[in-house]
Amino acid sequence: MKEVIIGLEVHVQLNKLRSKLFCSCSTQYHDSEPDTHTCPVCLGLPGALPVTNGKAVDNAIKVALALNCNIEEWTMFYRKNYYYPDLVKGFQISQYDYPIATNGSISLDTEDGERAIRIKRVHMEEDPGRLVHVGTIDKSKYSLIDYNRSGVALLEVVTEPDLRTPKEARLFLNKLKNILEYLDVFDSSLEGSLRVDANVSIAGGKRAEIKNISSYKGVEKALLFEIVRQNNLVRRGVKVVQETRHFDEVRGITISLRTKEGEEDYRYFPEPDLVPITIRDRVDDIKKTLPELPDAKRQRFALQYGISDNHAKVLISELGLANFFETVATEVDANLSATWIADVLKGELNYRDLDISAFSPAHMVQILQMLKKDTITEKGAVQVIRTLLDEGGTPSEIVKRKGLLKIAADVSENAVFEVLAENPAAVQDYHDGKDEALNFLVGQVMKKTRGRADPRTVSKLLKEKLQNAPDNHREA
Amino acid sequence: MNVDGLREMLQSGKSAEELLHSIFDKIERSKLNAFVTLAKESALEEARRADKHGAKGMLGGIPIGIKDSISTKGIQTTCCSKILEGYIPPYDAHVIERLKAEGAIIIGKTNMDEFAMGTSTETSCFGPTRNPWDLNRVPGGSSGGSAAAVAGGEIPLALGSDTGGSVRCPASFCGVVGLKPTYGSVSRYGLIAYANSLEQIGPFAGNVKDVALLLDAISGYDPRDSTSVAKKCEYLKELRDDVSDVKIGVPKEFFGEGIDEKVEKAVWSGITALEDGGASYTEISLPHTKYSLAAYYIIAMSEASSNLARFDGLRYGLRLGKDKDWHTTFSEIKAQGFGEEVKRRILLGTYALSAGYYGKYYLKALKVRTLIKRDFESALKDTNVLITPTMPFPAFKIGEKMGEPLALYLADVNTVPINLAGVPSISVPCGFAGKLPIGMQIIGRHFDEATILRTAYAFERGMT
Repeated sequence: MKEVIIGLEVHVQLNKLRSKLFCSCSTQYHDSEPDTHTCPVCLGLPGALPVTNGKAVDNAIKVALALNCNIEEWTMFYRKNYYYPDLVKGFQISQYDYPIATNGSISLDTEDGERAIRIKRVHMEEDPGRLVHVGTIDKSKYSLIDYNRSGVALLEVVTEPDLRTPKEARLFLNKLKNILEYLDVFDSSLEGSLRVDANVSIAGGKRAEIKNISSYKGVEKALLFEIVRQNNLVRRGVKVVQETRHFDEVRGITISLRTKEGEEDYRYFPEPDLVPITIRDRVDDIKKTLPELPDAKRQRFALQYGISDNHAKVLISELGLANFFETVATEVDANLSATWIADVLKGELNYRDLDISAFSPAHMVQILQMLKKDTITEKGAVQVIRTLLDEGGTPSEIVKRKGLLKIAADVSENAVFEVLAENPAAVQDYHDGKDEALNFLVGQVMKKTRGRADPRTVSKLLKEKLQNAPDNHREA
Repeated sequence: MNVDGLREMLQSGKSAEELLHSIFDKIERSKLNAFVTLAKESALEEARRADKHGAKGMLGGIPIGIKDSISTKGIQTTCCSKILEGYIPPYDAHVIERLKAEGAIIIGKTNMDEFAMGTSTETSCFGPTRNPWDLNRVPGGSSGGSAAAVAGGEIPLALGSDTGGSVRCPASFCGVVGLKPTYGSVSRYGLIAYANSLEQIGPFAGNVKDVALLLDAISGYDPRDSTSVAKKCEYLKELRDDVSDVKIGVPKEFFGEGIDEKVEKAVWSGITALEDGGASYTEISLPHTKYSLAAYYIIAMSEASSNLARFDGLRYGLRLGKDKDWHTTFSEIKAQGFGEEVKRRILLGTYALSAGYYGKYYLKALKVRTLIKRDFESALKDTNVLITPTMPFPAFKIGEKMGEPLALYLADVNTVPINLAGVPSISVPCGFAGKLPIGMQIIGRHFDEATILRTAYAFERGMT
């Protein structure tokens, strides 16, 4: 495999804003009737004028700061002229020269260690409307257009070609999403909230741009397909041409849209209806509002709570999860919390496709306290978590209802004596050096105690008794 | 017909409804073709309301005509282009909201050059407007309908828009007063854009006082226009018959080649009259004037090519019936909907912005614009106003210049630099060439409409 070079252009909706980029229309249009969140400005009606949403600029600056970018002294908007039915004015208000920020970077935890992925620029633009087709775009007899999305603030994050594998591209997007959600400017769960153009080439060859991929998995899949396609071409001695391709999410393939990229001429020129915006003077105030970002949190977790880096990595991957951990860790042992939240709870949530908000930190604290006090077994704790997720209730009530209370040591001890007496063959096997006999005996004790004994204690007890017990056969 | 006179009439018993009936009668019998759409029903309704509850606001019960490029809720607004046939805006322009709040009655939409591109009101899809002083001549453009309606006594007040002289030129040709305010002093919200960075909505009236009144009504800050600025004073209150403190600058470049002798003479006698009233004058120079036409047309056409892209018949305006694929449908609608002059400017503007030409044309034009702005700033440092002819010649005959677009562009030579600089400028009648009126242009400092209105007012009083 030859060296692969990948660059991304990521369009994210600043969808935590309450109004659009150039008008006061609401952005809460999901699940609404088409065209119900529109006004003369976002419909581009003759005579309507844009006015920049200051909050959108502030959010963009926030993101740029979080991506370690250089914030410019001032910024301005340009018109990008092109025809498309979803574009109400025949041009999109975007940025060209003088974008809001340049030269940033994101540190990425790749397979060969930490690496900085450089960010070329970050700029603002307006979202067009949305085309809706009956069936697929090429089969549909007509296009319907919903203008609710028209004018929503987009942020375009452009990387340098620093990514090397489709997996890295996916990691990058996850990291970016993570940062945007920490900043509280982005909700990734909303449809159309993220769209990616991916540029990819293999060593020495021309690059292909895959346009408008709308999912994180899609980006990885499209790149994988594209790399295989380009490698096959090279192997057959065919030159890769520079072109724009479309990713067909259903079939998982990329299709050529047009060759000779750069044939469009957008005729950029400064948007005369918007005056340049001075931004440098806002930066200090915005810096003060920046929350702790994922990388910093990961370091702090390891330092402050003494948990493993792997646990910290999982815990910071979602702001909600990180906050959940901190709430729990202040009440009970931090390492125990980290293990149970990152390894067990997260797994159970993923299995059910649930969010951390589905689980109460107070319940987690109760469960961990029971574990700590040895009143339930680890197995019992897992069962409590599952029951809480599937049926609801409270931990203590579930423990009672399901009979999960760990039984006292003497009860276990009695059970051990009984099992040893009832299974002489297994005892013999153990003495003959067959280790699996111990597992069998543990199983029998657990069965006798209906699972309420702690298997580790049982195993310890069994070993003690087996060693102390006279080895009749050998004596004989 | 002036506002004071009408107000007296309304106060002495004539109802606003009666007044409107007589105005509509006059317009319908008129040969001027100044109005393209009449809003009879809504206007009469407003008038009846005013009659019942009493006229309110500084323009209570006063009828006004609106250039067809300004959006009026519920009244067809077409920019006199076929492509906007049947378009009824769902919202009012900022100036319309202000006029309504001041009690003015919108009686209809006035004729104009298609998309405000022209100097003669001949490119309208509704046919040309005629000059009230000579029906065979043009009223000037592009706000010719508004100027002719006021000059012809059909209405006391009208609004136009001025991108490169489109208020002042027809004011000059029709013998009325027309003002292009400082860029930013009147909100452009709702004005259908031709060239955003140059144009301003401006008032027309038969006299300076009414222009000041109308400017008071429409100017001021509007949060929906980023370039909008809060206003400095009440213009009507600033009017007084005294110019003893006014220093006039006379830029020699504006009296150059191609200026009609009678025009030059009339303007000079205007300056002399002001001098007699106590003003002083010096000759000055605006050295970059010769580049202004080229810079203006590059900027205006570039912006226009982008502004007019939205007219595709998809959601409003012209429809051709059978739809084909996107590009074919858009192309056919544009081919049929836009007139020749509009197409010419879209093509030139598109070319000027194209890759490789942007730096050569558009950016260079912006640089020239900066130089011209500086010319005005330095000239107006030692003077309060500049005085020039508004148009180099009086109204020409209908059809006379239609075949020579370039020659027609040259007619804007005295008005265009003002839009590039963004300063305010007023045209007042200052004499006649035969039976055709001549306009004198008084240019002021940024946001100093008060001084040019006062100078025009004093001049007008001295003349009558």
